[in-house]
Amino acid sequence: MPEKSITIALAGNPNAGKSTIFNNLTGTRQKVGNWPGVTVEKKEGHLKTNGYDLAVVDLPGTYSLTAYSIEEIVARNFVLDEKPDVVVDIIDTSNLERNLYLATQLRELDTKVIFVLNMADLARERGVKINADKLSELLDVPVVFTVGNRNQGTQELLKTIISVAEADIDFPRTRRVYYGKDIEKAVGELSEFIREKTSAELPYHIRWIAIKLLENDRIVKERILQSANPQGEAILQEAELKRQRLRDFFDEEPEIVMTDHRYGFIAGIVKEVVKTVSKQRVDVSRQIDQVLTNRLLGLPIFVFFIWAMFQLTFSLGAYPMDWIDAGVGWLGEGAGRILPEGLLADLIVNGVIAGVGSVAIFLPNILILFFCIALFEDTGYMARAAFLMDKVMHLIGLHGKSFIPMLMGFGCNAPAIMATRTLESEKDRILTILINPLMSCSARLPVYILLAGAFFGARAGNAIFSIYALGIVLAISVGRLFRSTLLKGKVAPFVMELPPYRVPMFKGLLIHMWDRSKIFLKKIGGVILIGSVIVWFLSAFPRQVQFSRDYQAEIAQIGAHYGAGIEAAHGDVLERLVSERDEAVSALETLQAKEKIERSYIGRLGKVLSPVFAPIGMDWRGSVAILTGFVAKEIVVSTMGVLYAAGADEDEKSEALKTALKKSGMTPLSAYAMMAFVLIYVPCLATVAVIRRETNSWKWTIFSIAYSTTLAWIVAFIIYQGGKAIGLAVC
Amino acid sequence: MNLSELRTGQTASVTRVGGDGPFRRRLLEMGFLTGTDVYVEKYAPLRDPIELILKGYHVSLRVDEAARIQVENVREVKTAHA
Repeated sequence: MPEKSITIALAGNPNAGKSTIFNNLTGTRQKVGNWPGVTVEKKEGHLKTNGYDLAVVDLPGTYSLTAYSIEEIVARNFVLDEKPDVVVDIIDTSNLERNLYLATQLRELDTKVIFVLNMADLARERGVKINADKLSELLDVPVVFTVGNRNQGTQELLKTIISVAEADIDFPRTRRVYYGKDIEKAVGELSEFIREKTSAELPYHIRWIAIKLLENDRIVKERILQSANPQGEAILQEAELKRQRLRDFFDEEPEIVMTDHRYGFIAGIVKEVVKTVSKQRVDVSRQIDQVLTNRLLGLPIFVFFIWAMFQLTFSLGAYPMDWIDAGVGWLGEGAGRILPEGLLADLIVNGVIAGVGSVAIFLPNILILFFCIALFEDTGYMARAAFLMDKVMHLIGLHGKSFIPMLMGFGCNAPAIMATRTLESEKDRILTILINPLMSCSARLPVYILLAGAFFGARAGNAIFSIYALGIVLAISVGRLFRSTLLKGKVAPFVMELPPYRVPMFKGLLIHMWDRSKIFLKKIGGVILIGSVIVWFLSAFPRQVQFSRDYQAEIAQIGAHYGAGIEAAHGDVLERLVSERDEAVSALETLQAKEKIERSYIGRLGKVLSPVFAPIGMDWRGSVAILTGFVAKEIVVSTMGVLYAAGADEDEKSEALKTALKKSGMTPLSAYAMMAFVLIYVPCLATVAVIRRETNSWKWTIFSIAYSTTLAWIVAFIIYQGGKAIGLAVC
Repeated sequence: MNLSELRTGQTASVTRVGGDGPFRRRLLEMGFLTGTDVYVEKYAPLRDPIELILKGYHVSLRVDEAARIQVENVREVKTAHA
């Protein structure tokens, strides 16, 4: 017998335990992505039971189904357009009244709905008893009890889902919100008007359309214009007329009056089904909050948690990072040995393995970070963090929740940008993503250490600190600028629920961590791979370089020159000769590497671009270093090592490279301008890939690259030219 | 008097929510209806936002948002059943 497939949509308020129920239903068979066209997270899972194939779609958590927030639109459109077989509304039993608001709106959509009274145990503890039969009867909806975090009631829910999906009856529409005489009259008249005007099938049933038009619902108005042509205009005019009349009558917007009536309807239900047995006992959650959001202790504790998260992510993460680094090195070596020397080996070793390896190394960071974030979210602490930091973030026009991604940026921008998934408003997310790279990530530190170490001596620490401060100042200014221009619009109201603290489920934490990390691995892997190969190509081609000298011959000559002497010598003399020879050879090899990269495509590009970099105090070598830094910013150091002819193995602590830099004509001023440039310009490849992924838009990705590079140039220009003008160049 | 003028530990009843359309509607949907009791649980360490209890749940609002909510019948209560 072929399996029958059923689509289920999970709806519910945020914090009603929706994701726990989702995990209970689908286990680990989940797919996380975005809803088409928007950056709202979409989760989908499957399960097979009793010959049915159930597809469970987790709708965004919302308090209502008005068309104000993108989450509400996504949730509503899914129910209306995709027509799932059953909508399951997860209701937090201990918070029944407010949760029923969404429930009544779902009922109004006239789809098959099941109410799940979740966390009934908590409600009982608080002395709240609910008469489920009565509730079911009053709303004409099947009601199921569950305790999500103990996986209770899941089987019964499944049974109910299947029986409701199979039931061949339309849900009776008798038990519905009564909006009062005047509004009901308007709804009736408008429905009649719509029925007369339209012959074609309407997308939704008429009463709902009439209600939404009276509520001035943007999306429904658009749909009517599209589908009820040519009568759409007339319908909207009639609706506006009725709105006007109601507004005059109530001296209030009709949608406000209607909201009032819905709550009135709910109050009636609550009165009949809820029995409060005893007064509230000790509220543990509230007592925890007396400490965690305490006026004196709240902020220090928050700082401690963040510090601990950083420590875990970057200190604990350093060990597996070393292993991955070693593994990648070993893999490269192995591949180099197996593959015949040549183009293919070079591509695989230096392009694919090194390139992808440079990003894969962040995986431990990302896993640990997302585990911590899942812990913050699942316990309910995330809302407290936003509560504590909102005042600060509000300065940039951002929500308190943006604080954590911004802070994570100091570690690594790629996971930090992925952490913006916790923000609800799309504008907030995009703004946070755009300014996040200005938080100087740890990969940029080696560049600062090298340049500041070479040119600022004892004041290196201050110079580096000032670069970090510059990044923060720029983030605030750019944030304010974008907020008032590109991402204009009202700051989303900070109406944020502070849910009770909950003990997280370990399985849930792992699922949340893995879902997000998987995206990093899968999707980013592709982009990084392509990008690494391109950069490899640019620096490895053209293959045949016409060198100014015959390095091979010269190296052979040196070998020959020392050959006889080494053969004859022993002891100290032998050692001295060998080291002399090796030094001479490696000096030549470095020169050759320098010339090779100078003549490669990327070197030529650097030279072509050098007029652009000249005004900010960089020669072509600086330009090439900056270009290669696109792959990963720490690469700037190794490229400079090659180009300033100090050898490719140099790191930021190398004295030879520092000396070479000082001799190259760089001044403290141009070094500082370069540090500023490295801080601001194009985020690295991994970050760009994440930006593309998280904004779901090439437009924003390209904008991010363009604005940061332009800003980098302007700031470096001001530093260099401004500094020169006031005579700092000689210091 | 408006909600942002209340001190920690006070309760008041909502009389009217001001502000623009979407904001008002959102607050009403969250339960800030005329006659609803709202208890001021605490202010954040930086004095903004405010944590409130209404209809049995905790919610936070910025001070300037709370300033748009008119309240009456302010009273001191020890425990919040708001």
